[in-house]
Amino acid sequence: MRKIDLQLVTDKIKELFIDACENIPENVLNALKKAAEEEQSPLSKEVINKIVENAYLGREKHLPICQDTGVAVVYLTIGSEVYFEGDIYEAVNEGVRLAYTQGYLRKSVVRHPLDRVNTKDNTPAIVHIKMVPGDVFKIDVAPKGGGSENMSLVKMLIPADGIEGIKKLVVDTVFNAGGKPCPPLVVGVGIGGNFEKCALLAKEALFREIDDESSDPIANKLEKELLTLINNTGVGAMGFGGTKTCLAVKVNVHPCHIASLPVAINIQCHAARHKSCTL
Amino acid sequence: MKVYLNSPINPEEVKKLRIGDEVYITGVIYTGRDAAHKRLCELLDKRESLPIDVKNGVIYYVGPTPAKPGRAIGSAGPTSSYRMDPYSEQLLKEGLKVMIGKGPRSKEFKQSLPKYGAVYLSAIGGAAAQISESVKKCEVVAYEDLGAEAIHRLEVENFYAIVTYDSKGNDLFEQGIEQYKK
Repeated sequence: MRKIDLQLVTDKIKELFIDACENIPENVLNALKKAAEEEQSPLSKEVINKIVENAYLGREKHLPICQDTGVAVVYLTIGSEVYFEGDIYEAVNEGVRLAYTQGYLRKSVVRHPLDRVNTKDNTPAIVHIKMVPGDVFKIDVAPKGGGSENMSLVKMLIPADGIEGIKKLVVDTVFNAGGKPCPPLVVGVGIGGNFEKCALLAKEALFREIDDESSDPIANKLEKELLTLINNTGVGAMGFGGTKTCLAVKVNVHPCHIASLPVAINIQCHAARHKSCTL
Repeated sequence: MKVYLNSPINPEEVKKLRIGDEVYITGVIYTGRDAAHKRLCELLDKRESLPIDVKNGVIYYVGPTPAKPGRAIGSAGPTSSYRMDPYSEQLLKEGLKVMIGKGPRSKEFKQSLPKYGAVYLSAIGGAAAQISESVKKCEVVAYEDLGAEAIHRLEVENFYAIVTYDSKGNDLFEQGIEQYKK
């Protein structure tokens, strides 16, 4: 059994959130540059170029690339051969608390959805834990902004709706959102499972690298088709009209009930911030 | 077209703006989001005076990150504007001329602009570090308890935004998307 020091978890969580907010992943930056080159609308091209300049500025001057430094979403992959003493959730929350209070990040969490009082340290984080064999301990973090999250949805389709029903739902969702979620987007789609599972699939799809492809042949084909269909909507950067509404579509699938075809769409803005580390 | 404007704004200059114009604003602008708008409108409902002068003014929908030492403001990109739709007309009645945010807004809001000779501009969502470079001074002038959502008075130089709804009823989103839709 390998012991994991929870203080180290706290330190890493703090470091990862500050880094995620200031440093866009290299492959996301490359995807944005490619989109700027290929964009046919002069205005949308200029907008994407400014987004790229902003990413460099964030890196050079250690500034958050977006003022919405999000709700802290954390995935922990924990091997069955590791152990720790104490409360893993509290260790994560302490890391988030330190990142947001000491790292000059915005506190965007309220303690209750209806009384709306700010917790002033961006806790609690949303923590998902996945148990696996072996002695791995992996942390994945993503500060998730409100503007794009607000445009996401879960819909219980029926088997008869099929792949065409899914395509229509995804394209309509992106088109109706227009410029609100800050396109060019990354779109995470979860298909299958049940009501809550498909939402998790869509979220996990957004944690995939922007340049990877699904190993499932049906999902792989659907990712490519959806990317083309979304870019054909004409929404463009920030909704000003253009040919690059979407940088990538990620589809994750899971077995489901004979009567169901659950679909979740999780929208990610162009600031596709995520970081990870293995302890 | 590139247009350079001083704020407070000359209402005649606002009427000349057309969708797609790239505007560079220099002068004083105020920040405000959902919670601040709610409070401003509650004051107007009670016929009380506002803590800021919105006549010929500019309101920017933003909740910045805390400023790092040596900087006037933290990262300061726009938030989604549709959440302010229920409040905007009351402020337009008080003489507000320019609102800056991101994303589409309600039909009712869009249709109210010609009546008041006002415009809606978009700043680039997510380009928050870059936008902060055009803010030279920042101070809280009302509702300090709201933190990032407090009303800040900003002194800006060449603050960049794009005319999205003009005072003639034109809509950049509608026209732009129509042009590139396949």
